[in-house]
Amino acid sequence: MWNVFRAELTKLRRPSLSVSTLLAVTFVTSLITSVLFLLVDSPEGNGERGMRISRDVLSLPTGISLSFSNTAGLLGVVALCVFAAQTAQEYTYGTLRNLLVRQPSRMKILLGKLGAMKLFAIAMVTFSAIVGIALSYLYAGVKDISTQAWSTPDAKTAVWHSFINVLIATIGYGIFGMILGLLFRSPISAISIGVIWNLIFEGLLSAFVKNIDRYFPGQLLSTVATGGTDRISYQYALFTSYGFLLGGLAIVAFLFKKRDVAN
Amino acid sequence: MSSPLALDVADLSKKYGDRMALSHANFEVPMGSICGFVGPNGSGKTTTIRMLLGLITPTTGGGHVLGESIIEPEKYLPRVGAMIEGPAFYPALTGFQNLNVLAKIGGFATDSISGLLELVGLGDRGGSKYKTYSLGMKQRLGIAAALLPNPKLLVLDEPTNGLDPAGIHEIRTLFRELADSGTTVFVSSHLLSEIEMISDHLVMLRLGKVIFSGKTSDLLAKQQPVIVAKPENVSDLNKLAQIATAAGHKATIMENTVHVTGTSDFSAKLNKAAFEAGIILASLTPVKASLEETFFEMTGE
Repeated sequence: MWNVFRAELTKLRRPSLSVSTLLAVTFVTSLITSVLFLLVDSPEGNGERGMRISRDVLSLPTGISLSFSNTAGLLGVVALCVFAAQTAQEYTYGTLRNLLVRQPSRMKILLGKLGAMKLFAIAMVTFSAIVGIALSYLYAGVKDISTQAWSTPDAKTAVWHSFINVLIATIGYGIFGMILGLLFRSPISAISIGVIWNLIFEGLLSAFVKNIDRYFPGQLLSTVATGGTDRISYQYALFTSYGFLLGGLAIVAFLFKKRDVAN
Repeated sequence: MSSPLALDVADLSKKYGDRMALSHANFEVPMGSICGFVGPNGSGKTTTIRMLLGLITPTTGGGHVLGESIIEPEKYLPRVGAMIEGPAFYPALTGFQNLNVLAKIGGFATDSISGLLELVGLGDRGGSKYKTYSLGMKQRLGIAAALLPNPKLLVLDEPTNGLDPAGIHEIRTLFRELADSGTTVFVSSHLLSEIEMISDHLVMLRLGKVIFSGKTSDLLAKQQPVIVAKPENVSDLNKLAQIATAAGHKATIMENTVHVTGTSDFSAKLNKAAFEAGIILASLTPVKASLEETFFEMTGE
């Protein structure tokens, strides 16, 4: 498994993937942070679905990591794409047969890949946190928002909690991408179905059907990223979303183990 | 005592739906030999190779690779190098990086990669991305990847595809060197002249069934040699055929020649008999049966 992990890192480090992922992370983090701070006085709202997040809220110790935790959904989409592409490309390039000749244990292949992609997700989330916090300080100065509480121990705790929650959510989205990659064996199919499911299907239904978001893994992962909401507790969101994901992963892992590699 | 076997399969079958991709195959490949694996498209060659490498599960039967059962590929694959259905690598990685990925997964030393790239003629292109490679270069990288584990058995599916004549000659020489050093080379190819030149053993498939398995020389010896006689005068064709038939040989007129079944010993007798009958021969050529002719005869292609 360790050998697969090391080999997978070589593939993940390639500039075409790592640089484009960092650019995507910079873009989504900058977008969310800019909207949150620069539209703080806008009557249209500066948060998700038109929600208004006031200067007072941004001045709290949690204000330093608010933009970063709001980025989780889009970071999740990036992770979904990376995990799905890295998994499904083995089928489209025909490289899976090479991997299996060199490592016949299919579970070791799967776990090694997953481990390496989790490390990639950690790097992604860390980079997003750095960009989000740096931009928060920059925009706070521009919009005259107090950052006094951002250097308190409470702020450090909030940053740490946000980091863990966003990481759990991002890896969850990534696992969803990996499931789709193994199921559809094509990066384009896996990514398009994953994005449509998360952004359109789950998003639309949750907006119109009350409480249905309690049963959607993508919506629950967003809840995990923000540390829970009034309606859905953190524990419920965490255990239900990961229950769905690990169940799905177990099914596709079984298929991966049993399926003939004939392409 | 019989020589140890690199490969043996018994009653090996694979069924997809109603179609038997491979049907009750039995064959053996001795250690240290170069074995050609031939058959028309769709005859089950790649299916067999995939079963030997643990990529697909047999419907019935079994076999052994380097003495280990094919249901436990982890026991023999570290000693096997393979290229199946052409080379397959990551386009955005360089040739070196692609080999590095496979070496890491297999737990092999990565310091042999440069030497392998040199060996297959990619020493100066190892740093180029795979997507920039020509077909021949991709093929060479596939062979280098197969050699990574310093294999006891090399399984190659159409390894000379896309190579120029010089490249084919290099690879042929490489196979012979590997076999001489004790590596068994199991190679499928549609280039029968190549297979005939390099292989000591042969496994021939048709419609998912093994129709020959054994020494190449034994197969070719089974085929009747032919003497091709060309009379100076085309009107003597029938008369020449009758002379050969009267001597107890099968004769067939093909274009402006008579093909007479028989060893080269009969050439002198045929020449004398033709001269005595007033026929002047423009040419008289004994022809050994080639693998290609044998293949077409046996497979009915």
